[in-house]
Amino acid sequence: MGYLIDHPDRVLVLTGEHLRLVAISVALAILIGVPLGVLITRFRWLEAPAINATGVLYTVPSLALFAILIPYTGIGVTTATVALVLYSLLAIVRNTVAGIDGVPPATLDAARGMGMTGGQRLLLVELPLALPVILAGVRVATVAAVGIATVAAAIGAGGLGRLIFDGIRLTGPARLERIIAGALVASLLSLAADWGLARLGRIFGGDQGPIASGG
Amino acid sequence: MLDDPLGFLEYIGEHPEQFLRLLGEHVQLTLLSVVIGIAVALPLAVVCSRIEALAKPMTWLAAVGQTIPSLAILGLTLPFLGIGFRPSLFALTIRAILPIFLNAYIGLRGADRAVVDAARGMGTSNAQRLFLVELPLASPVIFAGVQTATVQNIGVATLAAYIGGGGLGDLILQGLAMVDPPVLLAGAVPVALLAMTAEIGLGRLRRLVVPAGLRPAGTG
Repeated sequence: MGYLIDHPDRVLVLTGEHLRLVAISVALAILIGVPLGVLITRFRWLEAPAINATGVLYTVPSLALFAILIPYTGIGVTTATVALVLYSLLAIVRNTVAGIDGVPPATLDAARGMGMTGGQRLLLVELPLALPVILAGVRVATVAAVGIATVAAAIGAGGLGRLIFDGIRLTGPARLERIIAGALVASLLSLAADWGLARLGRIFGGDQGPIASGG
Repeated sequence: MLDDPLGFLEYIGEHPEQFLRLLGEHVQLTLLSVVIGIAVALPLAVVCSRIEALAKPMTWLAAVGQTIPSLAILGLTLPFLGIGFRPSLFALTIRAILPIFLNAYIGLRGADRAVVDAARGMGTSNAQRLFLVELPLASPVIFAGVQTATVQNIGVATLAAYIGGGGLGDLILQGLAMVDPPVLLAGAVPVALLAMTAEIGLGRLRRLVVPAGLRPAGTG
């Protein structure tokens, strides 16, 4: 706890870097993943390749994915962002498809009967009804991203991982207090993201169970 | 951009002993941690499925433990156990216990009550019900937990290089320090392939180990 009390400004800066990295990555993953999910519900043959590709990408260890991207996107935030977007896609694409598939056919028929176009049905019926499931995917992706982002400090992308890597390099009491500070704040962020997004999901009427496994 | 995207193969070809040693360490760290993880987590899950009062705090603890970044668990091990293979194995084992325990507990709790009651009605003992009914019923979910833990720990073992645990992460660290893409990729590409192989291979294996009576349900 000592480090948090003695250097609140540095912890705050690193927390800001961490949050920015996670927020930008998850936002980009939503911008790519939700349209991709919608596309899959329209062109079913896309489902297997898209889900398999994102699923395989998800298994690649974070340090390895960073390393593989470095020759192309260099050392720093860009590489970290690209990797986090790739990791976040699986949960968001899969849940978008599941959410839209879960819309009752009767509701869609009613919308069609009211004379809605395909675009209207998507924006006014399917996506709103799928929202709780999509949000559950965003929640899984965000919680995982908070953890993976700690490793991003290894490639110069900043964030709370800096405290842990600094601690590993140091010796004596300075070591433990930095590692604990980094671990504590990162875990709190992850719990806060989990809790906050679960609440948001409930507001939109979803059933939010606990997440079984994280990153 | 890379001048020679396959330069890493050349590096591996020139340093076969180093590469095989690191690959061996990597696989050892992963497998040992998962095996010890199963040995700890499975009995724990059985106890929790029997004793309600224990289940809540334990599952809560495991769920919160999941949010601690793997890097932090490795880092926290360092001041107490030092650097090297054993401290890394300890941290990886902690990491393996969490998903295996959670899945085993969920699987055991989810075992069809009617089937378990029928077994009781047939006069089975507690142990018989556990080994002949509940564990087989829970096996797909338990196996999914082992799969998650294995793939995840191939990744955590990469990070173990930071606390002297060895493994292919050593090459990535070396490549990062020297800004040398072939060395970087000589560690990263095999690690990525190892994780994908584990995911796909264990997925296939899961379909084989699932009891025949459960197959159409497609759980886990």
